[in-house]
Amino acid sequence: MNTILLAIDLPLVLEKVILIALVVTVSMVVAMYATWGERKVAAFIQDRLGPNRAGPLGLFQPLADGLKLFMKEEIIPNASNKVLFILGPSLAMLTALLTSAVIPWGDKIEMFGRTISLQIADVNIGILYVFGVVSLGVYGIMIGAWASNNKFSLMGGVRAASQIISYELAMGLSLIALLMTTGTLSLSEMVHQQQTGWWNVIKQPVGFFIFLICAFAECNRTPFDLAEAENELIGGYHSEFSSMKLGFYLFSEYINMFISSAIMATLYFGGYDIIPFYDESAWGLSTNLMALLGFLALFVKILVLIFVFMWVRWTIPRFRYDQLMNLGWKSLIPISLVWMLITAVFILATR
Amino acid sequence: MNITEILFWFLTALALGGSLMMVFSKNPVYSVLWLIVVFFAISGHYILLNAQFLAIVNIIVYAGAIMVLFLFVIMLMNLNADNEPQKNKWLKIAGVIAGGCLMLVLVSAILRTEGLKEQTLSLSGSTGLIKQLGKTLFTDYVLPFEISSVLFLSAMVGAVVIGKKED
Repeated sequence: MNTILLAIDLPLVLEKVILIALVVTVSMVVAMYATWGERKVAAFIQDRLGPNRAGPLGLFQPLADGLKLFMKEEIIPNASNKVLFILGPSLAMLTALLTSAVIPWGDKIEMFGRTISLQIADVNIGILYVFGVVSLGVYGIMIGAWASNNKFSLMGGVRAASQIISYELAMGLSLIALLMTTGTLSLSEMVHQQQTGWWNVIKQPVGFFIFLICAFAECNRTPFDLAEAENELIGGYHSEFSSMKLGFYLFSEYINMFISSAIMATLYFGGYDIIPFYDESAWGLSTNLMALLGFLALFVKILVLIFVFMWVRWTIPRFRYDQLMNLGWKSLIPISLVWMLITAVFILATR
Repeated sequence: MNITEILFWFLTALALGGSLMMVFSKNPVYSVLWLIVVFFAISGHYILLNAQFLAIVNIIVYAGAIMVLFLFVIMLMNLNADNEPQKNKWLKIAGVIAGGCLMLVLVSAILRTEGLKEQTLSLSGSTGLIKQLGKTLFTDYVLPFEISSVLFLSAMVGAVVIGKKED
């Protein structure tokens, strides 16, 4: 058979393992400090101080919160399905972390005589992989909600799942318009195109806006947080969860936010490109320094996008459930279809 | 054994074991989850055959969409092992015999197909990649492709008609 494709290259495996560990650690730390950032942003918007007791500026607050969640009693309800009850939060966490594999976190670096790409897997179907993992994100919520054996949990899970499925469609359609302009599915190729040319957000403003709204919905963030509605459904799908299992659900939301910001920065804001319309190689800096600067640029973009997520949340918008479904099916999908047509006509006309 | 063969046998065992578990699980929710495992194993096989696009579409469409709907229906109808009506013993035996016969026919048909063994797979390069696939679909197979899209459209219209409450 085909024995050509896979042969073990030990340094490569080591390099990838280190890279994966780094990316996962960075995602975790960013998610951890996103909880702190969220409170600080909320405090700033509401003219308060926010957490300021644990450490300078309350910087140790996430550690204290994590410790609290670890120390809480682990409760598994008697009537629940025990295996699935544990599988639910684990799957939520897994799918949240999986997406980071195809994001190009920076350009190549040279170390120990090797050229190392700062992307875990440069597959040529990159964006489809992201889409596939996002579509699997429903399982963690659905399984956890059903295994709790609680009506409110199940209702919350059904809400979350149907919302995610509905907004996936508009997201896919807005991506198609983007793919028509870039002509590639590979994320690293898209970044290369944006490094010398325009950022995609200028070519695809409507597409970006739709993608942003859908990203909010996919992360279950306000205004799409109807899955957990205290006055209707108690805590929604995670009502029955306690201790670190609850922590996994809450944490995976913040990781999702980080990763979807990273994807938006990569797709629409040039990824690790530092200045638009400008070829940075003219500076003549060394490869490693450029890679570091590129990574920092990407990180700043991600943080700005995360701030947008929080900013929207603390203006406290809220939809009714039927309004949410109407927005998804009757507004976003037609708009993205029309935008797709406009993009196609434009490409054909200017060819 | 090299790494490709190890992966091949691992995925094969996973697919077969998963499908057996899917059939034998008492709880329908477990059956759905095992079926998802089978889809992942099959996607792994596609990747071994260098068909990345097919692998990921298999996951998006089957694991990500169709199985979610299955799970929805099963969870909302609350089908459980406890309240599942027991089927007649003779019906079970008849099912096993019918299924065995079907497998026999399929296996012998595949074994006796002329020219199957002589076919060589060209796995290197860009055979299964999206550029190649898109060109083939929109040049050589454009008519079947468009006809199948009309089929999907009619299915969608049918679903909307059935789903309408009042008329």
